Amino acid sequence: MPIMTPSTIELPVTADDYRIARYAAAAIALSVAETALPSPLPGIKPGLANIIVLVVLARYGWRDAAWVSLLRVVAGSLVVGQFLAPGFFLALAGALCSLAVLAAAQHLPPRVFGPVSASVLAAFAHIGGQLLLARAWLVPHDGVFYLLPLFATAALLFGSINGLVAARLLAAPSTESPTP
Amino acid sequence: MNPQIPDGLRELLALAAGAGQAPWRTLLRPGDWLLLLCCAALVAASYPLLWRGGVADRAIVKRDGRLVTELALNVARKYEVTGAIGTTVIEVQPGRARVLSDPGPRQYCVQQGWLSRANAVAICAPNHVTLQLAGRGGAHADYDTINY
Repeated sequence: MPIMTPSTIELPVTADDYRIARYAAAAIALSVAETALPSPLPGIKPGLANIIVLVVLARYGWRDAAWVSLLRVVAGSLVVGQFLAPGFFLALAGALCSLAVLAAAQHLPPRVFGPVSASVLAAFAHIGGQLLLARAWLVPHDGVFYLLPLFATAALLFGSINGLVAARLLAAPSTESPTP
Repeated sequence: MNPQIPDGLRELLALAAGAGQAPWRTLLRPGDWLLLLCCAALVAASYPLLWRGGVADRAIVKRDGRLVTELALNVARKYEVTGAIGTTVIEVQPGRARVLSDPGPRQYCVQQGWLSRANAVAICAPNHVTLQLAGRGGAHADYDTINY
């Protein structure tokens, strides 16, 4: 028998990959922990993982934030067993919409608008994307829009809180350890 | 591999424990306040949508799918429709309407009672008569009886 030569396939891993993976892991942990919280209405959640996305956006730019956000949606849904379920597509629609809005919001003048603005805008985009997908696919009836005030209230509330937490994390003296 | 806790989470835990921080209000910039106020106003303005959407203002009576009459829901009155097997009596009161009597054998549409939401429907199938309520928002403004 021929002897198999042991071969290892090495994928080049950059410091960027490590950083994105660490932030994505934090975001996934938050979104999984959040599923344990009771919710008054399906779809109303604090969205704590978005704090991580906001921090990454402010520190490393939109590309990294998009990676973290989308990895969070895919891996988070895998962890809770919702991958490719309706909830996954709703989360994906929300994440894509809020990333689109964040791409525009990062060009706001930073002296005037801080992370709280970005967070609130992203939260509204999130529910907007979810409602539009729900209207187009899950509940083909304009009745879903009657819930808009409730979702918008939640978006304003949790968007502000998440934005404040992100702002505080960003304002904190950096505890960032040197990259390995 | 790096064995550390991800710094986002670690920071979060440290800060949740109340490490010495700037007060919350200093984290908001002028534009943030403005945006929050605008958003709060928009959210408040959207609330009527939650409640006013389903109010009915007229009753539509049809026979064989053809419009017989539209009754405004602001005055009490009764209306008789001659259908396939007899006469259906529709009763209207301010804000609501019902099928008062019907010659159908099972009386489903009568037993439905008062209808008050837009797009609510009572169907008296044996007599080919339907009573439907409509609101200002048009035909798709609310759930109807079938879609609910």
